[in-house]
Amino acid sequence: MHSIYSFVTGPLAWLAFIVFIGGSAFRFYSLYSLARKKDALVFEYMNLKFALRSIGHWLTPFGTRNMNLNPAMTVVTFAFHICLFLVPLFVFAHVIMWKESFNISWFTLPGVLADLMTLVVIFSCGFFLYRRIMLPEVRYLTTAVDYLILFIVAAPFITGFWVYHQWAGFPTMTILHILSGEIMLVAIPFTKLFHMFLFPFTRGYMGSEFGSVRMAKDW
Amino acid sequence: MTESKAVKDTAIDDQGIIKGIEQLSPEKIERVINQVLKSETGARLKTYVDTCVHCGLCSDGCHYFLAHDRDPKYSPAAKVKQTLWEIIRKKGKVTPEFIENAAVVAYTQCNLCKRCAMYCPFGLDIAYVMSVMRRICHKLGVVPLYIQDTAHSHSVTKNQMWIKDDEWVDTLMWQEEEAQDEVENLRIPLDKEGADVFYSVIGPEPKFRAQLIYQAAVIMNAAGENWTMPSMPGWDNSDMCMYTGDYEMMERLKKAHFEAAANLKVKKIVMGECGHAFRSVYDMGNRALGWKMPPLEVIHAIEYYNDLFVKEKIKIKKKFDRPVTLHDPCNIVRGRGLHEMSRNIVNATCKNFIEMTPNREHNYCCVAGGGVINCGPPFKNARVDSGKIKAEQLFAAKAKGAEVVIAPCHNCHGGLEDIIHHYGIDMELKFFGDIIYEILELPE
Amino acid sequence: MSNNNSWDWDTGKRLVADLEPWHNEFSYMEEARISPHGENIAAIVKNEDMEFTICSQGADGSFITWENSYDKIWNLKYGPDNRLSALISDMAEWTVSTDDTPWENTYDFAWDMTFNPAGTHVSVSTQKELQYSVITNDVPWENSYSRLTDMALSPDGNHTAAVVETIPVLESEIFKFRKGCYSVAVDGTPWGTNFMNVWDPVFSWDNARVAASVRTNYQDYFIAVDGKTWNKSFTSVWMPRFSPVDKSVTAPVKTNGKWFLAKDGDIVWDRGYHQLWHHFYSRDGLKIAAIVASEFGKWTLAVDDTPWEITFSQYLTDAVLSDDGKRAACVFKDDNKWGIAVDGGAWEDKFDMAWKPVFSPDGRKVAAKVEINGAYHVVVDGTVFKTAYDHLESPVFSSDGSKLLIKGIEKNRYHREIISVKGGL
Repeated sequence: MHSIYSFVTGPLAWLAFIVFIGGSAFRFYSLYSLARKKDALVFEYMNLKFALRSIGHWLTPFGTRNMNLNPAMTVVTFAFHICLFLVPLFVFAHVIMWKESFNISWFTLPGVLADLMTLVVIFSCGFFLYRRIMLPEVRYLTTAVDYLILFIVAAPFITGFWVYHQWAGFPTMTILHILSGEIMLVAIPFTKLFHMFLFPFTRGYMGSEFGSVRMAKDW
Repeated sequence: MTESKAVKDTAIDDQGIIKGIEQLSPEKIERVINQVLKSETGARLKTYVDTCVHCGLCSDGCHYFLAHDRDPKYSPAAKVKQTLWEIIRKKGKVTPEFIENAAVVAYTQCNLCKRCAMYCPFGLDIAYVMSVMRRICHKLGVVPLYIQDTAHSHSVTKNQMWIKDDEWVDTLMWQEEEAQDEVENLRIPLDKEGADVFYSVIGPEPKFRAQLIYQAAVIMNAAGENWTMPSMPGWDNSDMCMYTGDYEMMERLKKAHFEAAANLKVKKIVMGECGHAFRSVYDMGNRALGWKMPPLEVIHAIEYYNDLFVKEKIKIKKKFDRPVTLHDPCNIVRGRGLHEMSRNIVNATCKNFIEMTPNREHNYCCVAGGGVINCGPPFKNARVDSGKIKAEQLFAAKAKGAEVVIAPCHNCHGGLEDIIHHYGIDMELKFFGDIIYEILELPE
Repeated sequence: MSNNNSWDWDTGKRLVADLEPWHNEFSYMEEARISPHGENIAAIVKNEDMEFTICSQGADGSFITWENSYDKIWNLKYGPDNRLSALISDMAEWTVSTDDTPWENTYDFAWDMTFNPAGTHVSVSTQKELQYSVITNDVPWENSYSRLTDMALSPDGNHTAAVVETIPVLESEIFKFRKGCYSVAVDGTPWGTNFMNVWDPVFSWDNARVAASVRTNYQDYFIAVDGKTWNKSFTSVWMPRFSPVDKSVTAPVKTNGKWFLAKDGDIVWDRGYHQLWHHFYSRDGLKIAAIVASEFGKWTLAVDDTPWEITFSQYLTDAVLSDDGKRAACVFKDDNKWGIAVDGGAWEDKFDMAWKPVFSPDGRKVAAKVEINGAYHVVVDGTVFKTAYDHLESPVFSSDGSKLLIKGIEKNRYHREIISVKGGL
């Protein structure tokens, strides 16, 4: 058990981070060079001011008409994404590991808060699953991969919650937790999870078009 | 997973698509698709397709989806699913039947109105994806008959309505003569080099609505404008080739239009109340030719009329006194932000203005845009059915007292007319030009 | 251009016509036209019977009108030989009248009046009982067609060509259309090959051949010469041109997403541009210039596949080469102002509008008409002349390049002026 633990926290973790960073960099590079070659126009119309204007509206809760039309989705989406980012970065157990390995540390979330935020992520994933199954317009679009991605995202949080509370079989669960986190990292560059990096560009481009050419709002 | 209703509600009755499909082989489909995907698309299409997380939030952006009681196959992303997702996933190995449905979706179930780009959190441009699908269908020769015929007209005459060179000039002379009964020696100056304004219209104006040219001439005259219209092809700013996916022809048309104006050394192009032509001149056509923005200033009628009131170049006898509501056309509102100017004109010309909701950038499309109405009678019933949400919006404005709908776009007129008739809304449609002409005080 | 040695080149400013009396006399008067040599001025007017006629200046400075008057006159133009032509209509019958002499053949409509470079021949497209044809100097084609566009006149004026519908095709017959119903008719006789579309027919300098842009289906664009296509197709093409010196034809062609110049089907400018059009030859036929976009939104002029370094973002037009092909000039629009660029450098002054620049025959000087604050001025080598005109024609150099003819109207007075431009200004 201990050797597996060393493996997943050692070489495998390195590999996961390398694949995550390298894969993301590669995706960016290949999209960028493809855009330069085939969609040079995109660069002509990109406009920082209007890109930020649009991104700003879309990162503000209830800052767009559609967010107001779907209030539950808006609340869940914002809560989900905020917790999804903050918990792994600031949960005490993670920061400790950075401290132990690299002697760097930073602010940590109080345990109860981190626990609650983890629940928010898990609940949100449940909500997304419910939407996928229950809303016809979402179900129509949903593929098996969409369920898999939802599972990949939920898994580190479910296992993390388990581990934090030291429920039965928690050593195994710890390894699963680390493994699932690594799977998620690795999945980001190669799945739709990459949307986290593309959002500023797609939204920014539409914002630029609407702002500088179409002279209209896009929210 | 349960599927929604069968993808095709009814067998289509369009010879352009049916016969086009008959002439396809899987090999040809694969070759053409890959040629288009490889040589004409790149990071944009890839990003749009890869980034979509299938969240369905675009659905509320689409009037087709809303009009069909939230039938999932009409959501914007669902239209991508029925077209480019599948094509990319199968690397072009799709059947003629698939192309048949894809053509119906791309040409008749999307107005390319770009409203969904304002509902998708990522700002994915589904109108662009639908345009790529149309481009593929154009190259495969699977295009609805009526709009294909219109594109052919463009290719032969450089106008939308098969109008011959002599018929164009003859119509202008006829309108000039008619207008001279009202305003002595009024002119529609042909080919006047160095004029300030080059006035261009769409093919249907001389063909069916010549009085609009008459009205424009009277307004230009009253404003003391130094204006001209060209006697040779290039006068038509419309562009159905942009909508069939025949971009080579779109380029040829826009080149002719811009050069007709540039050769006359005019300062700017003022165009009539049309939406798609504006998109073609201001957005698609100029880019295709290599111009970031139109090479000559392009002024839509709304901007022009607004300027006439702001600068007090024309006077009115009295305000139009029937209660009006205003329809915001996609191509000049989401396409050029002219909604506030529209309201300025309404306030300058009408006594009683009732907003329809939603409005401005969020207004519902008339369901005619994007070339959909140009696909003609085979798709008319489906189009009018898809106008249900628009009808509800109009009924609501009518309930508040509106009697007249101002729609500063030809396509919108066509679409709204059918909706008003079909749903028995009983409202009258007008252009801004109609209203201004009606209340205009003619100079002594 | 016709030889202008016979024109009056004595320096000085001469009043040709005072238009004030014209305006007083006629309640309706259109824009005045000025003859190439500047000796005559004319306008479409309505006489006291409210009929259209032509007013021009008489020998003693007073005005005279044509003896004939009509229900409608339009397209009044001086030909290169200084004769005055217009399209006239009486009782709904249209024809051409040159110097008040109408042609005998009449039509239900006539348009697209075209002169050959010497002005000896005038052609128009015609329609009679919905059949379309072409007539030159009152001699009509024997054939007519259900549809006709893009009429072209040969340099010597003896031949005409036009795009015609050889197989009548009804609206909505899209599959018949795709098989090809259009061709070029030369002197009324069609090529014999039909295409889906044909555009821009153009004659060779020896008047014997005709080239045009065609497409045989949605994907294959060709240049066709005398009905025979090049053996390679392209994504798109623009109007072809014949070389003045050999039998070759060149045209801008698009392939693999870039524009090139091709000669008889083979690419001869291989740099590849975002856009390339309006190519033309120098007078000696040895150089080719074209308007190009080196990249998206960067417009410039290229001579023999070498683009200028300077680029303009909005528009480029009216490109011209000096007679010896060594110098080039054009009109451009950048930053919402118009300007003139010569040999890769822009003149400092910017204008509200600029007309096609003209080189002196020796290529040493460049002159142009420009508009500044609503008035027109002459510019020579970048120096704007002070005189502001209400109407101005583009200036013309004498054949030795030492003098400039300026034809301008100031406050209703039309003057013909010859100035010396020998040496500096």
